[in-house]
Amino acid sequence: MRPAPVRSVAVSDLELPQPDTLEEIARRVRQHVVRIGGTPHGCHLGGALSCVEILVTLYFDVLRVDPADPQWTQRDVFVFSKGHAAAALYSVLVERGFLPAESLATYCGMGSALLGHPTRRIPGVEFATGSMGHGLSLGVGVALGLKRASQPERRVFVLLGDGELQEGSVWEAAMAAHHYRLDNLCAVVDRNLGQNDGPTEGIMALGDVLPRWRAFGWSARTADGHDIGELRAALTPVPYAVGSPSVLVAKTVKGRGVSAIEGDPRSHYMTLSAANVQRALRGLRPGGSP
Amino acid sequence: MTNSAVAPVHAEVADELLPALCAADSASCREAYRATLLALAALDERIVCLEADLGGQSNSFQRQYPDRYFNFGLAEANMVSAASGLAATGLVPFVHTMANFVTARACEQVKLDIAYHRANVKIVASYGGIAGASFGPTHHATEDLAILRALPGMAVVNPADAVETVEALLAAAVADGPWYVRLGRDPTPIVHKRPAGFHLGTAGVLRTGTDVTFVASGQSPVPMAVEAAAFLAGEGISAGVLNMSTLKPLDAVAVTDALRVTGAVVTIEEHNIIGGLGSAVAEVIAEHGYGRLVRLGVRDTFVDQGGTYTALLTRYGVSVDALVAAARTLLSQNPTAEVKP
Repeated sequence: MRPAPVRSVAVSDLELPQPDTLEEIARRVRQHVVRIGGTPHGCHLGGALSCVEILVTLYFDVLRVDPADPQWTQRDVFVFSKGHAAAALYSVLVERGFLPAESLATYCGMGSALLGHPTRRIPGVEFATGSMGHGLSLGVGVALGLKRASQPERRVFVLLGDGELQEGSVWEAAMAAHHYRLDNLCAVVDRNLGQNDGPTEGIMALGDVLPRWRAFGWSARTADGHDIGELRAALTPVPYAVGSPSVLVAKTVKGRGVSAIEGDPRSHYMTLSAANVQRALRGLRPGGSP
Repeated sequence: MTNSAVAPVHAEVADELLPALCAADSASCREAYRATLLALAALDERIVCLEADLGGQSNSFQRQYPDRYFNFGLAEANMVSAASGLAATGLVPFVHTMANFVTARACEQVKLDIAYHRANVKIVASYGGIAGASFGPTHHATEDLAILRALPGMAVVNPADAVETVEALLAAAVADGPWYVRLGRDPTPIVHKRPAGFHLGTAGVLRTGTDVTFVASGQSPVPMAVEAAAFLAGEGISAGVLNMSTLKPLDAVAVTDALRVTGAVVTIEEHNIIGGLGSAVAEVIAEHGYGRLVRLGVRDTFVDQGGTYTALLTRYGVSVDALVAAARTLLSQNPTAEVKP
């Protein structure tokens, strides 16, 4: 087993360079995302910025993965079901060492593997996603396969958008995960309350999603999706209950970290002007508050 | 090439199942599937069986391999995506449900999670065409081959009988990549009195002819073509029969070879004439530059009349009589407009 990077520092090491905190990494990820939002193609900015802390916590503290060996046979499997938020995934993959930083400049360029939605041409991407409602089913299949292969130490994490919960196939998968007692499967819902056409509650109300998951037999928790301490505390003890799948509903804010668009459903897909990129980056300087 | 064979075909399964099937007058391809999968499972631990509430209440695979049998209930979309996930862990899922449900309802899952991912998943569909007969259009699939043929990397196979079904499934089991194998429902005639020698992408020459070529695909059309060719021989018309059991990759060479001899082709399929075998052969003829073609099949309509399976096939233009008439018509036409090098 390869542990996640250790960030705790002994007192005797205090004179050595300090590893970055996950908050610092999240800040850099947001800078990458904003720059991607400034490319001619633009990106799904709001939903990318809402899942930054979730992805950083997963990739730096929870998932057992190895950037030097993306196909490591003992790895955990991550399914990025909300594939439209690719800008955030690519940025985290850069920070985690799966992708070179310069690759971000190729985003949506001719021949680039970094499309508007993730492809398996990208190291560390297990499944191509982008059409809503596929990821949890893919995760169910992997979790079933790992159970059959008697690899209980390997877990499967699936990040879902909240608008995505309107897809019926998500609930087909939820039923199957409960039926097959997939306690090696954990869903994380990025509950940012927004979707393409506006607020989720105005488009097709989801209400309190927690009891819905529980009614489907899942063990469910909530956390502040921008508080890395809370996310770490919520994602580390997975599974929440032996014999049942786990779901974490992470309460987030669309466009988080860019004050001009925070909480604005219109941030779903955006192309930022050069001036707005610079303004957003100023707000994301070290020590700056979002 | 995605669908290349990676291991020898399981000859012991062929030896076990084929003699009885070759000796039979008719057999159910659906039953042949179940027998083949059961035999394969004993040889290959990677094989798992997926159903969506159509595995039956006394499923032999479930009895014998309960931990390798997954009934996903009435949730075909989830089943198809989950199959891709299972394949990602090294298993070889055989997914079965009715053709309509897997290719129409779960079409996007087949496209993205199976075809796009080049997942090593074998989709085996029963109730292809109008095998559901009086169940009506909700249980028919006369567009499945058109849909699947347009998905990159997907092998599309429509066996002629239970013998070829067994052989195709054995080939699928050792190939690396997604397959769609289309079966019917009730027993259909056995065309192959000896093993068919199935090879993905190769048409079977069941009869050679010099006047016209029947290109047939599927468990009713192929025996019809064989019967029509025998009948026409009595009239002095020499009709060849090609069993186009692989729709994709299509054996274009077999078509052009036939065109060089006869110059005229009749396609027959249990499918809309749009998008399936007739269209595929038309594409070959158009690019080849010459040849005359009649397409037999369901003529762009839903089959919503009561009747037996065979009666409905006849009523909707898939019959021996239709083949005979098409051959006569082609041969009576003045071929002077034909450009034949």
